[in-house]
Amino acid sequence: MCGIVGLFLKTDRYRHRLGELTAVMLHEMRERGPDSAGFAVYDKGVPGRTRVTVLAERSAPEWGQVAAELQAQLGAEVTVRSIRDHAVFETDGDGRAARQWLIDHGPDVDVLSYGNQIELYKSVGDPDLVAVNYDLAGRTGTHAIAHTRMATESAVTTNGSHPFVTGADTCLVHNGSFSNHNQLRERLVQHGESFQTENDTEVAAGYLSWRLREGDTIDEALQRALIDLDGFYTLAIGIENGFAILRDPIACKPAVVAETDDWVAMSSEYRAIAQLPDVEHAEVFEPEPSRIYTWSLAS
Amino acid sequence: MSTVIDLSHSSLRELNAALHAADSGDFTVANPRGAHAVAAGIKSPVSVTVDGSVGYYCAGMHQHGTVVVNGNASTGLAENIMSGEVRITGNATMSAGATGHGGLVVIEGNSGARCGISMKGVDIVVGGSVGHMSAFMAQAGSLVVLGDAAEDLGDSIYEAKIFVRGEVASLGADCVEKEMRPEHLQEVAGLLAAAGMDADPTDFRRYGSARELYNFHIDDIEAELRNGGDAELAEEAGR
Repeated sequence: MCGIVGLFLKTDRYRHRLGELTAVMLHEMRERGPDSAGFAVYDKGVPGRTRVTVLAERSAPEWGQVAAELQAQLGAEVTVRSIRDHAVFETDGDGRAARQWLIDHGPDVDVLSYGNQIELYKSVGDPDLVAVNYDLAGRTGTHAIAHTRMATESAVTTNGSHPFVTGADTCLVHNGSFSNHNQLRERLVQHGESFQTENDTEVAAGYLSWRLREGDTIDEALQRALIDLDGFYTLAIGIENGFAILRDPIACKPAVVAETDDWVAMSSEYRAIAQLPDVEHAEVFEPEPSRIYTWSLAS
Repeated sequence: MSTVIDLSHSSLRELNAALHAADSGDFTVANPRGAHAVAAGIKSPVSVTVDGSVGYYCAGMHQHGTVVVNGNASTGLAENIMSGEVRITGNATMSAGATGHGGLVVIEGNSGARCGISMKGVDIVVGGSVGHMSAFMAQAGSLVVLGDAAEDLGDSIYEAKIFVRGEVASLGADCVEKEMRPEHLQEVAGLLAAAGMDADPTDFRRYGSARELYNFHIDDIEAELRNGGDAELAEEAGR
């Protein structure tokens, strides 16, 4: 099964409540995915600053020490804040170098996301507890995507939880299953992608990373995905300044979208959207199969 | 006098238990907020009005009663309906009226994919358009669409009838256009009247089964094996 939600705030009106509203939506999708949960929140970043979210599941690093080492390496100031086993590094220095250093030299950590706007948190366990543990309700910003997982294709682990990062400020959540992920994984490894799990969604994320790295726009990458990804899927993709959704041509996996003057929301089920303010005035529709929908702020 | 059941105070189970216990009467359901299985399993001539949008399987397994939803419905609206009427003022998503044996389902807005999949006698009238693979393997009953139909309409259809006023993107396997005879015009007129919809029956085209898939043809298996590259088996099948 799995449940997905996305909330994009077009105006300032509810941005101080982004996390709270996303948590309410996530709660409604708890029954669709009780195994694990995750969320990515975006806010308007400081220009030129990079944030890198890392997970230290197997170790308990001295984050201050790690930040100091990274700062020495970059020759630019690095700050860090941590919440449980996650930490967010920020720097005005070379963001790509910071990310690569954390991958290569971080003390047994996994880099979950990087970019100017994104922070990403995920964990196994009850989605409501995951939301509380990583303070989803307290977060502000412009948009968020979140996921509740019922594992079918691979083990219940934090690294198998969604969202999966696909590039700077880009990440993916998925409801469904891919049937050609093993074959595609081998192909992507040849193109230089690396994978941490046996998870099928990680392959889809790797596929989009590869296409974006090759210079595709998000629309072009998704058009190609319609040909190359075989299986059942509703995807929500968090991007810089907005989000995108795509359903496979058969469209067995549910999706519903609602839009008002202030927000666009998508979810696996309407009951997640039914909790949002002013929903009675929303335009509600079911996204068509094989059609790419994107919403974004004028940047 | 209508009995109001507010789902922001009452549980879904309390609502459905009250509907199952009643022999007749009017009920209004407030604040459904996308809940699943609202008014499922009704088996007496009760009248239920739902003010708001519902989730999966609303009015599923319905018999004898009348359910009106003032809003939208998600997957499986009136699935396996046996008799009575289910009406929705907004849009329905996937598999509306699936496997229905009888009664009438009216969708005033659009329906998503697989509307009337495996219908077995229910009549479905859609004011807007229907999604892909509607009336897939439909066995009996009629699907009337005032708008357009998406790809693969009536794939592998048996003896159900499909009437579409708008464009049909494509017909599924073994589904063909058929002549609108006087009895079909009469049937469409009757269903439009029952649904309370204003349209001219002569604007509709009829689609149904070519009945080519009813019997096993050895030539089909031969062609399939040859396409599959197994010439030896194909030759054997041809003998």
